[in-house]
Amino acid sequence: MVAPTVGPVYGEKPSSVVDFSYVGIDAILEQMRRKAMKQGFELNIMVVGQSGLGKSTLMNTLFKSKVSRKYVQATAQEKIPKTIEIKSISHDIEEKGVRMKLTVIDTPGFGDQINNENCWQPIMRFINDQYEAYLQEEININRKKRIPDSRVHCCIYFIPPTGHCLRPLDVEFMRRLSKVVNIVPVIAKADTLTLEERDFFKQKIREDLRANGIDVYPQKEFDEDQEDRMINEKIREMIPFAVVGSDQEYQVNGRRLLGRKTKWGTIEVENIAHCEFAYLRDLLIRTHMQNIKDITSTIHYEMYRVRRLNENNTGAVHTNGLSDHSAHEM
Amino acid sequence: THFLTTCVYSMLGDFCGEGARAVPLSGHVGFDSMPDQLVNKSVNHGFCFNILCVGETGLGKSTLMDTLFNTKFEGDPTQHNQPGVTLKSNTYELQESNVRLKLTVVNTVGFGDQINKEDSYKPIVEFIDAQFEAYLQEELKIKRTLHSYHDSRIHACLYFIAPTGHSLKSLDLVTMKKLDSKVNIIPIIAKSDAVSKSELAKFKIKITSELVSNGVQIYQFPTDDESVAEINSTMNSHLPFAVVGSTEEVKIGNKMVKARQYPWGTVQVENENHCDFVKLREMLIRVNMEDLREQTHARHYELYRRCKLEEMGFKDTDPDSKPFSLQETYEAKRNEFMGELQKKEEEMRQMFVQRVKEKEAELKEAEKELHEKFDRLKKLHQDEKKKLEEKKKSLDDELNMFKQKKTAAELLLNQAQQAGASTTLKRDKERKK
Repeated sequence: MVAPTVGPVYGEKPSSVVDFSYVGIDAILEQMRRKAMKQGFELNIMVVGQSGLGKSTLMNTLFKSKVSRKYVQATAQEKIPKTIEIKSISHDIEEKGVRMKLTVIDTPGFGDQINNENCWQPIMRFINDQYEAYLQEEININRKKRIPDSRVHCCIYFIPPTGHCLRPLDVEFMRRLSKVVNIVPVIAKADTLTLEERDFFKQKIREDLRANGIDVYPQKEFDEDQEDRMINEKIREMIPFAVVGSDQEYQVNGRRLLGRKTKWGTIEVENIAHCEFAYLRDLLIRTHMQNIKDITSTIHYEMYRVRRLNENNTGAVHTNGLSDHSAHEM
Repeated sequence: THFLTTCVYSMLGDFCGEGARAVPLSGHVGFDSMPDQLVNKSVNHGFCFNILCVGETGLGKSTLMDTLFNTKFEGDPTQHNQPGVTLKSNTYELQESNVRLKLTVVNTVGFGDQINKEDSYKPIVEFIDAQFEAYLQEELKIKRTLHSYHDSRIHACLYFIAPTGHSLKSLDLVTMKKLDSKVNIIPIIAKSDAVSKSELAKFKIKITSELVSNGVQIYQFPTDDESVAEINSTMNSHLPFAVVGSTEEVKIGNKMVKARQYPWGTVQVENENHCDFVKLREMLIRVNMEDLREQTHARHYELYRRCKLEEMGFKDTDPDSKPFSLQETYEAKRNEFMGELQKKEEEMRQMFVQRVKEKEAELKEAEKELHEKFDRLKKLHQDEKKKLEEKKKSLDDELNMFKQKKTAAELLLNQAQQAGASTTLKRDKERKK
């Protein structure tokens, strides 16, 4: 019996199962895992919605820490900005040895003005600028080993819980942005809707999205195989997720849970009977995070690149990477 | 009034290194599943690994591949009479548990068999470059599909050293020097059962010192990750690996093992006291396959790309004018090149057409001459014939005349004879009286 002299760390079969035909090709999975753990991951999430819809709180709830701008910028009073600002904050978080650089991009001022025409422009520009930065690095002769990825992987759009249907602003924004970034719409502050109101609202929203040809994540056309389609169809039947955010813990039935305490009861954020936060978290973080990044890099980014490369052969190009064509589109 | 929107970017929390702040989590978020998500995606996609075997004919390259991957790859042993070095590439689909691997094995056919081996390394370098070029072309396309591209770049080059026991051959040094900046080289001593244990140690030291003194950069198993640093650095000291390959099984004790059986004993392939096969398999496949792929992409390919683009006249200088000038100029240069190619093709075609015309004219000329000659000859022949006939005719005439004269003469002679005879008779009669 040949006893291997190396430790059983890299995908070796246990020595009680002697398999002389074992080559060890599947050890590459372990090697990849090791490399991934060493390199760490990057995730860039953008939150868009009017003030007061709980964007910051939701981010903090999702990542169980103070990752949003509000807590980093120690401003006494949060004023509604006169213009749309794009504020990006990065954090290094770590869980069970897996390191992640999380960047939360906030868009204060969106939808808060009296006249909100073209309020998607700065956001669109920001997203395209990140694609541009990546492209510039990619076409360098001397380029970095790992191109820093600041591209927006996912844009969470907060729909106010009116209970009726999408507003023109919502439609306009999602229609335009769904073409360049993965949009995940959520119904914010959903604790103001009863379950019936919620279902009705969701249905209405889905109809509106369909009617306007808006493809939100997970997009039907990017389902890779039957298995994907099955999983994603279930998700598509549930979006937009009705969420409630909270970073406060309360004692409920002997356990400490994140929730919102009201006079009529405590809303447990992670209880799927109360709200759909857990589904959102699972989608964004536990199951589809890699897929969201893949769609961004292999589809949205590539589309930008094709547009950009073709543009250069024809019309004028603005310094922010938007040609006359796309400027008109906006 | 048109509402002005301005854009304010701000990066807050500029603390550690990359501008990110370390923040503790107060509960389980769940992104620790990311490595799993990544691995699942890769499993669905499948993997690609390409090995190049460089070595003289007969060093057991094919057998070693068969042994490493526990399978019988097709192919017959090559002859030793190849006029030059060619590269033969075969791709196989292997599967182990849920991992699908597209393995490509490239062999150098005829390496070391020629009398003049000066250019032996060239086809190898060209092949490696061609794979880099193909990837570069794909990367520079406007509409590209990089994520589904079948990567044909060579991830590992196993260099087979003949088990002479003395030192490296100059062909080995020259070839490895040409390859070390293009591919990860793992030198191995082939058919090492031909070298005794004591000679082997000396042989390895000699080889290593020759490589170092000639500045040949061989692949070092990476030691930056603690989980594999120790094993890798130990293995680095065992290079070059002395291997023996065999797909034949021999019964040792109560087990069947891969081995080579000699009258004086049996060399067991997977016995680490007998050879370094297990070490090679461990390093090449079980521990560092991913790193070999990464080094190929991040180091060797980048170097090729940099050189190629600089060669074509690109620079990273001016950030404003640079955008797409790379893509655009590359396209322009490519079009230019294609244009030139087309022009050359056209020229060649024209030249060919011209040559054909000329040849045709020549042939026509020759044909004409032949016809003329034929006509002349025919005429000559007819003239001759005519002459002959005339001569014949005159001869016939002469003959006839002669005949006539002859007949006439005979007649006269007859008459004369008769007359003479009658005269004689008359005289005789008179005498009798």
